[in-house]
Amino acid sequence: MRRRAFFVTAFLAALLIAGFGSYYASAHPDGLQYVAEKTGFQDQAEDSKTADGPLANYETKGVEDERLGGGLAGVAGVLVVLVVMGGLAYAVRRGRPSRDEH
Amino acid sequence: MHVPDGFLDAPTSIATGAVAVAGVAVALRRARTELDDRTAPMAGLVAAFIFAGQMVNFPVGTGTSGHLLGGALAAVLVGPWTGALCVSVVLMVQALLMADGGITALGTNVMLMALAGCFVGYLVFRAALVVLPRRLGSVAPAAGIAGLVSVPLVAAVFTLLFLVGGTAPVDAGAVLTAMLGWHTLIGIGEGLVTALVVGAVVASRPDLVHGARGLVISRLAGARTSTTAEEPAA
Repeated sequence: MRRRAFFVTAFLAALLIAGFGSYYASAHPDGLQYVAEKTGFQDQAEDSKTADGPLANYETKGVEDERLGGGLAGVAGVLVVLVVMGGLAYAVRRGRPSRDEH
Repeated sequence: MHVPDGFLDAPTSIATGAVAVAGVAVALRRARTELDDRTAPMAGLVAAFIFAGQMVNFPVGTGTSGHLLGGALAAVLVGPWTGALCVSVVLMVQALLMADGGITALGTNVMLMALAGCFVGYLVFRAALVVLPRRLGSVAPAAGIAGLVSVPLVAAVFTLLFLVGGTAPVDAGAVLTAMLGWHTLIGIGEGLVTALVVGAVVASRPDLVHGARGLVISRLAGARTSTTAEEPAA
């Protein structure tokens, strides 16, 4: 597979998982939350200071439909992460490809 | 496993924040040795894929769930330092935009999932490669083992932090047992996803997998001298 085709495939996979697959995620508390409830420290959790943000809790403010709102938040998150980490990687990389191995 | 605000007291959160800042600073310097024009886009994609993967909680037993942490996956695909940066970016975006994981707990989450997750994952991966046959086909299973082991280990580190700086009195043994038990089950999911994804990348572009570097070169070396002939680097 050519490099560009590989990158496009990986990008589409991430978009599909975040934008569509995430709707089918288990809604049960995750391992840490579950243990916190069972062993008595879940009440210590405070609401995040970003809980009123437009994409808080993987929902999109103003979008009623759960599937659409969650999908939009997922797609937005994937794009932001891609741009931030991709930009960071380009900023710190060496200029040219290297053949040496470690 | 995202720690919310309020679980750990201020001194502990400040300490984990300092560890996180120091770790990310070192990672920014060391990632330079892992990244070039060819692999830089890979880092962005790995981070994006981990963000997506973390959205999909899978059920574990009754009433609880787990999701990909991605530390071992990132470390194998792009190297431990770049991998730690990838997971850190994911955690930062989640905390700031999605309200997933606290703000004062961001340092704790980076220390646990990015730093501990990537480095425990990478060490286990390297150890597994020593034991397994020295060929390309060993990379995916070794990555899977790394994913499996990394999750309960990160859960154990959280438990230690909570015993030092937790904001509620708890039965230490009960918390440790429950955290290790549930996160071993979640680790099985982590290991499967990590092995499948690494296996897919190794099958299509092994040259882009950091953890396969020595193995790809040795396989191709006998066939032809130049591995760059197929396509230009840019």
